Amino acid sequence: MKRSSQKRRTPAGRHVYLLFAAPGVTLFLAFWLLPMLRLVEVGASGPSGAAAYLAVLTNRHYFTSLMLTLLLSAAVTLATLMISSLVGLFLQRNRFAGKAVLLAMLTFPLAFPGVVVGFMVIMLAGRQGLIGAVTNWLFGDAWVFAYSLGGLFLGYLYFSIPRVILTVMAAAEKLDPALEEAARSLGANPLRVFADIVLPALAPALVSSGAICFATSVGAFGTAFTLATNIDVLPMAIYNEFTSYANFSMAAALSIVLGATTWLVLALARSWSGNAAGAAA
Amino acid sequence: MKHSFRFYLQLAFTLLVCAFLIVPIVLSMLAGVTENFFVGWSSGFTLRWVMQVWDTYQQTIWRSIAIALACLAVTTAAGVPLAYMLARHRGGNSRLARVIEELLMMPVAVPGLATALALIMAYGQYREFRGSLLFILIGHVLFTLPFMVRPVLAVMQSSQLSVLEEAAASLGAGLGQRFFGIVIPNVFSGILAGALMVVTLSIGEFNITWMLHTPLTMTLPVGLADSYASMRLEVGSAYTLIFFLMIIPLLIAMQWVTHATRSRVRL
Repeated sequence: MKRSSQKRRTPAGRHVYLLFAAPGVTLFLAFWLLPMLRLVEVGASGPSGAAAYLAVLTNRHYFTSLMLTLLLSAAVTLATLMISSLVGLFLQRNRFAGKAVLLAMLTFPLAFPGVVVGFMVIMLAGRQGLIGAVTNWLFGDAWVFAYSLGGLFLGYLYFSIPRVILTVMAAAEKLDPALEEAARSLGANPLRVFADIVLPALAPALVSSGAICFATSVGAFGTAFTLATNIDVLPMAIYNEFTSYANFSMAAALSIVLGATTWLVLALARSWSGNAAGAAA
Repeated sequence: MKHSFRFYLQLAFTLLVCAFLIVPIVLSMLAGVTENFFVGWSSGFTLRWVMQVWDTYQQTIWRSIAIALACLAVTTAAGVPLAYMLARHRGGNSRLARVIEELLMMPVAVPGLATALALIMAYGQYREFRGSLLFILIGHVLFTLPFMVRPVLAVMQSSQLSVLEEAAASLGAGLGQRFFGIVIPNVFSGILAGALMVVTLSIGEFNITWMLHTPLTMTLPVGLADSYASMRLEVGSAYTLIFFLMIIPLLIAMQWVTHATRSRVRL
């Protein structure tokens, strides 16, 4: 087998590049992989042994909280995809004054920690919030839903929308306008053009960003922590298990289940869309 | 008028969504300088709450900046060489490199709560270590490392860099000479983009930090959660205002860098 020669010039041989990876890989192995293995072990060390991993299915309390988490995240993902597709396509295709500034501001929430997002929801729908003030003025009845499931939904929407808008815009950039032109000239109405031309072209981007949005919502802790006094989403259940009841093995088992779920969703979406996916919240 | 009705409908919807994202930010910034938010802005503006936050939580701000800078140092020192390996091992097409890249993303994909619990279970018994800022720093490094590696790797994979390296190698430059003389200066835009991302994420990191912190190692976002839970709305707002003032310039710089370099780096 003939190899391109410049890569093998150094006398140390072809493994020399591995040295460059050593510090980073060591950090990762020592402080993530090893602790994760330990977590798996702790999860199986409780009174019920390895069956603790099944508790999310067998225990009513954990099962409800898992279902609630998954349903809420799915609802958020769906709403985010619809809202962000509309907004993203519009922003990509139209020019108007102040668009650049608007776009810049739209990306700010991407870097906000969950607690701040929770606080934003309190600002909107809390006891002294904007929505309450407006509805009080309109109907004489203040809507306060920040601390309920509705508030959590709003919070997850808040950090998901910017992420998906950016992905939609990047994907829409590559759309061929000639295809839509052709469809229109053949008599397709806007809805038909959207469903048959635009949506299939955006699908991979929507799947991968939707998966990130779902995974982020499933694992989001800060927002729930700020808002939820009595909503039992899985991250809160884990937190309570760990701090209030000192049930370390259960907390470990549940967080492994939570981690495996998000990882699986991302892996599935990636194998489907062929896109690198990364989440941050 | 050249715009259709549909245009205005879409514009209205877009503006509504933007308002949803931006109005709370403006609102909380204003609340932080309002004398009494319950009464409204008619109660007048004051810096009293900001001063109170400064007195109560000043330490958390300095601590967060210190951790962010340390995190930047570690991710740069470990991440840039790592990206180089990913780009060059077996001509940039090795399975090992792909596995490493995949693994590196895990702490980002998996909820921070799980990462934090794992760290506590594995190293929590070392009291000194558990109570030190180093413990939090490690959490931040794990979370931000891929955000340094990815933009740097993207720049390294541009064909221009491999041509330059080839030229240098043909003139007899060794690996070290190439890395420090050619690679580092040329991937500077990637390092800059990664650095801004790392600092921004580290300053705002909550999910991992909340579990890892002790009363003596409280960071800014942990302080935020603390103030939301126990302080008046005005104090929480004033603290959020300080957070925004720290983070928004970083975000604007980030956008400016990606625009200026036009290097197609997607974060």
